[in-house]
Amino acid sequence: MEKQQYERPLIKRLESKIPNKFGAKPNLIPITHIDEVAVKDLISEHGSPLFVISEKKIRSNIRKARKAFETRYPKVQFAWSYKTNYLDAVCRTFHQEGSWAEVVSDFEYDKALHNGVNGSKIIYNGPDKTPESIKKAIQNNSLIHIDHLDEYYTIQETADALGIKAKVAVRINMDTGVYPMWDRFGFNYENGQAWTVLNKIMRSDVMTLVGLHTHIGTFMLSAIAYGVAASKLADLAIGIRTKYDHQIEYIDMGGGFASVNRLKGSYLPGVDTNPTIDDFAEAITTALINADFKPDELPLLILETGRALIDDAASLLGTVISNKRLSDGRRSTILDIGVNLLFTSFWYEHPITPAQPFTQYTEDTVVYGPLCMNIDVLREHITLPLLNKDDHVVIQYVGAYNMTQWMQFITLRPRIVMIDEKRNVNIIREREHLDRILEFEKVPDHLKKFDL
Amino acid sequence: MDIKKDVAVSDSGFVFYPTTGESFSVNPLGMEIIRLMKDDKSFDKITEYVVDHYNVESSTIEKDLLDFIEMLNHFSLMEDDGEG
Repeated sequence: MEKQQYERPLIKRLESKIPNKFGAKPNLIPITHIDEVAVKDLISEHGSPLFVISEKKIRSNIRKARKAFETRYPKVQFAWSYKTNYLDAVCRTFHQEGSWAEVVSDFEYDKALHNGVNGSKIIYNGPDKTPESIKKAIQNNSLIHIDHLDEYYTIQETADALGIKAKVAVRINMDTGVYPMWDRFGFNYENGQAWTVLNKIMRSDVMTLVGLHTHIGTFMLSAIAYGVAASKLADLAIGIRTKYDHQIEYIDMGGGFASVNRLKGSYLPGVDTNPTIDDFAEAITTALINADFKPDELPLLILETGRALIDDAASLLGTVISNKRLSDGRRSTILDIGVNLLFTSFWYEHPITPAQPFTQYTEDTVVYGPLCMNIDVLREHITLPLLNKDDHVVIQYVGAYNMTQWMQFITLRPRIVMIDEKRNVNIIREREHLDRILEFEKVPDHLKKFDL
Repeated sequence: MDIKKDVAVSDSGFVFYPTTGESFSVNPLGMEIIRLMKDDKSFDKITEYVVDHYNVESSTIEKDLLDFIEMLNHFSLMEDDGEG
């Protein structure tokens, strides 16, 4: 007699709660493959947990974004936001698609150079630019976006000493009707700070003002705010043209476009509610085209979009360690993926989907990670099919920030693979080993021996 | 390990407890186990039955059966066995 497929016994109380008014049901399709490569094969070869990046998806995302802007505006340039995901393979995919590099530290600047990006195609942002990196950026003809006046003076002194004119832009913060306002970066538009620094730059002999930059927030759910910001930058650009007869080369609208992820507390999934790249493109380009630029003087439009281009191109595969019952009867499932790997689970409700077929029976579940820490919760509430120990799951939309903000904490960080367009699975970052961690540690002589 | 006598289970996995008016749904194996319990089968016998009929290790069904009984207790569907 052939034995039946096992599914653990389940009993659920039927409750007559108010039904979901949208009738949304949990995702009932297992994710067995990523880019036609079987999840079980990926885990069996590369271990669990495992980050899997789709090169095909990255390329389709950036092409779609470029199309959204380039069909609306004549001069567009994307710059890959290194901090979002600075794995070399990811950066180089974006560079192959024509994106410049946008970096915010000495480390990221060097990484962009290491990736072969010409210095003149590196945008150097952020409040912490060391004097050494400023010197390097000036020598490499990079685009230095000034964040504060102390930085202005360092650039002034360094460029003066080098005898090279620094190419600079100014980061502007402003009220776009979205709160909290990101006024900690750059110079304020409304209170005149922006004009103070612009006047200084225009009178400097060792700086050339090439652009204006803003970055109004993160995971922005309003495209209109970008229209407001673009209008304000255009106003400054036209003011500079009028006052100094100087035409800036570009307006950099920064990043912050929402991805398809779902923020905690959102009633509907991000794919249904978040503005699309076309919405952002429409708001920005309409504002620029409607501004008072002469038609042949439209500035280059730079976008530093990160999250919206990479989030849905990566998944995190994991395995069920155990199922437990909490004291109040709720089901809990422990995965081998902790918040140290999935930092974004603090603010997103990442979709978690089994990687093997399942029945229609589901349970409300709390999903925990493996860390011996109470904060290690991936999902407070999720309706999941009946998972067994050693079953695999796929956590989607993890491409942004997780592979840069992850922590070596309690466990070692796993391998990262990228599936290329020919369905080859390439290891792009090796898993960590104890030796690699110990390499950084030193034990004083008097602590080398002990008896227990 | 007795399930309350008046707990009724239908062929479609619908469980009704008339004392409180509460209703529940069970999956096919849950339904089979409730029926075995109503036939006064012991924990070991039920485990043996599931291992014989399903593709599962005894350690897995033991753990899952304990969890299932815990939920029956949680929903007050088990007779008080006087222990504890």
